[in-house]
Amino acid sequence: MDSGPVSRLLAALLACGLVLPAMAAPAAPAEPRASQLLQLLHNDCGACHGLTFRGGLGSPLTPEALQGKPDDSLAATILNGRPGTPMPPWRPFLDEEEAKWLVYYLKQGARP
Amino acid sequence: MAGLLPEAGRTALILTLSLLLAACAAPPLRGTGDLGVVIERASGSVQVVDNTHQRSLGRIQGLGDLSHASVVFSRDARYAYVFGRDGAISKVDLLTRQLVQRVAQASNSIGGAISSDGKVIAAQNYEPGGVRLFDADNLALLADIPAVTGHNGKPSRVVGLADLPGNRFAYALFDADEIDVLDASDPAHPVLARHPGAGKSPYDGLASMDGRYFLAGLYGEDGLSLLDTWRPEQGVRRVLAGYGRGEQAMPVYKMPHLRGWSIAGEYAFLPAIGHHEVLMADSRSWAQVAAVPVLGQPVFVMAEPSGRHVWVNFAFPDNDKVQVIDVPSRQVIKTLQPGRAILHMEFTARGDAVWLSSRDDDKLVVIDTATLNTRSTLPAREPSGIFFSWRAGRMGM
Repeated sequence: MDSGPVSRLLAALLACGLVLPAMAAPAAPAEPRASQLLQLLHNDCGACHGLTFRGGLGSPLTPEALQGKPDDSLAATILNGRPGTPMPPWRPFLDEEEAKWLVYYLKQGARP
Repeated sequence: MAGLLPEAGRTALILTLSLLLAACAAPPLRGTGDLGVVIERASGSVQVVDNTHQRSLGRIQGLGDLSHASVVFSRDARYAYVFGRDGAISKVDLLTRQLVQRVAQASNSIGGAISSDGKVIAAQNYEPGGVRLFDADNLALLADIPAVTGHNGKPSRVVGLADLPGNRFAYALFDADEIDVLDASDPAHPVLARHPGAGKSPYDGLASMDGRYFLAGLYGEDGLSLLDTWRPEQGVRRVLAGYGRGEQAMPVYKMPHLRGWSIAGEYAFLPAIGHHEVLMADSRSWAQVAAVPVLGQPVFVMAEPSGRHVWVNFAFPDNDKVQVIDVPSRQVIKTLQPGRAILHMEFTARGDAVWLSSRDDDKLVVIDTATLNTRSTLPAREPSGIFFSWRAGRMGM
C-alpha cells in the first residue's frame, strides 16, 4: 500500500486551510513504515472496528465518531488499550508519534 | 418440412433439437457436494471452488463489504447465503455462479444461520442489535426480533447465532450478558426464550453437532456459558470457569471464533482468552481435561472430522503460523508457516485436506492432513473465510 498519495493529499488539504488549524499534522513516518502502519490499521484495527471503521465489537472510528475526542487521549488508548474492554495495548508494535499519526489519519476520514 | 416427415419423425426431431438446445444453455450436470465459497474480503467478491480437483470455478463480484463475512448453505447445497459486514445478505448460485438475490437488511451485521427445515434464514446484527428472519427462497423479511437493551443503552449486539433442531436458533448478547433461544417454527411469529445472567461479554457461540448444547465464549471472564437445550429449565451454567487462574491475562489482538467444529468425539477444543492455550473439555460433562500450550492467542481451534488432530491459527502478531495438536497425546506435533496472515481454515467433508486462506499472500493453501505437506496453492484476493458445502447438511454450521 502506497501512503505517498495520502500524505500528499493531507499536505494539500493543510495548505488550503481545509484541515482544522488546531490539528497540526504529525509527520508521516518514512516508508516502508507508513505503509506497514496503514496495513495494521486496515487489517488489525479493522478486525474489531470494521474494515471501513464503522464499528463492530469495537467502537466506530469514523471522523464523526472521533469528533471532539482529544488526540492525546485517543493516542493513549491505542498505546495502552482500555482496561475492562477488549481493546488491547498496541505499544509493543508502535510508538507515540506513530499512534498520533494514526489518530490524525482517522480523523481526516482517509480510508486505507 | 411438414410434408416430408411423418408425424412421429417430426416429433422426435423436435425433441432432439430441444434437448440439444437445453444442453447448450445449461451448465454441464454436476453435484455440489464438493464445492465451496471463498470470501475475498477487500474486493467484495467470492470465489466458488471445487475441493476435489482443487480449482476455482469462478468469481462472483459485487457483494459489498465482506470484512468478517460468513456463509451458510441451502440444504440442497446449491445456494450460498453470504452475510456481509454491511448488513447485506447475498444469495449466490454455486452452479451458475450468479448472484440471484441480495437484500440490505441492517447497517452492521456479523453472520447468520439457516433453520433446520431449510426455509428460514436468520441474520444476526450489531446495528440495529437483534435478529431478523427471512424467507430462504426470496429473502423476504419474515420477522424482526430486536435484542434487549444492553449496557450501552442500545439493543445489544448479537453474537454466536447457531441453528438448533426444531427450527430454533440460539445466540448470545454481547452487551446484555444473555443467551436467547428463538423458536421460529412459525417464522412470522417467533417465540423468544431468554436466559439472562449468562456471563460477562459473550463474544461468540456454538451449537454442538447434535444441536443439544449451546456454548458461549466469554470475553469478560475466564470461562464459557453452557445451555443444555434438552433441559432449558436448568438455565445457563458456567463451564471451564477460572481456566486462567493465577496467570496474568495477555492482550488479545483478535477475537477467537467458535463453531461446531470445536467438538469431535468425546472432546471439545476451545480457545482460551488472554492465554496461549487450547482448552480441552469432556463434551458431556464439560469438565476440563487439559490445557494444551500453543504459541499464541488461538483464533480458530478446529478438530479434523476424524477428531484425531486439532488445527489452530493465531491472532496478530502470530498469524503467519498454524499448529497441529495430536489429540491422544495432547501435544503440538507440528508448527506450519503456510503464508502471511492465515485467517481461516476449512476441512474437506471427511478431512483428507485442509484449506487455509493467506490474506497477505493472496493465496489459498491446500494441505494434506495425513502428510502435512502442501498439495497445492490457488490465487485469491485477500481471502478470509472458506466455507465448504458439506455445511449444508450439518447442524450448527
